[in-house]
Amino acid sequence: MIGYALMFAFACFGVALLLNLWRIAAGPGVADRVLALDTMVINAIALLILYGILEGTSVYFEASMLFAMTGFVSTVAYARFMLRGDIIE
Amino acid sequence: MAMLAEAAVAGLLVVAGVFGLVGSYGLLKLPDLMTRLHAPTKATTLGVGGVLIASMIHFAVFEGHLSFHELLITLFLFLTAPITAHFIAKAWLHRNARAADLPPPGGAKGWATFEAAPDDHRRSDPAAPPKHEA
Repeated sequence: MIGYALMFAFACFGVALLLNLWRIAAGPGVADRVLALDTMVINAIALLILYGILEGTSVYFEASMLFAMTGFVSTVAYARFMLRGDIIE
Repeated sequence: MAMLAEAAVAGLLVVAGVFGLVGSYGLLKLPDLMTRLHAPTKATTLGVGGVLIASMIHFAVFEGHLSFHELLITLFLFLTAPITAHFIAKAWLHRNARAADLPPPGGAKGWATFEAAPDDHRRSDPAAPPKHEA
């Protein structure tokens, strides 16, 4: 039962990543693209944890934690750059 | 017990997958950025949260060790999601909205978004709002 549910969740988050990629390609503004990138990081975190469940190891939690931190910092840096034209003034 | 845990994990995974998909579909479907900000919050809270709780139950019941990494990730995402949404909304306002179109903020200061840096020449067009003078 968990196997099927895992496959379903993998498919859902994979399609979600593709939809985010579409938004990045089509997004009318920079802010839309940054938002799509942020959502992509979220979906990638979910995929990493799902892979951790599939493999039965807890190695992927550290990876997803790092992913979450990098995603947050990069989104804030992008937003800073859009706001001020500079990241560290 | 194991059967119950299996059902819980499977249900949480399905719910999380559906919410992740709905969040990204909303990102594609909604008309402009301010409404689009709403959709990925579903993916952040219910999508990733469901996956993390499913993983907690799975590791506690089937692998035999309870771990709290998942709660750390959930806490981190719940703390950072509003900050990134706020930053993106502010950047969008800064680039796409004019202060004349916005309601007055009702304080001594103007909209913080339009308080440009002193050497910022990008907003020096005549339509730009008056710079804030303290």
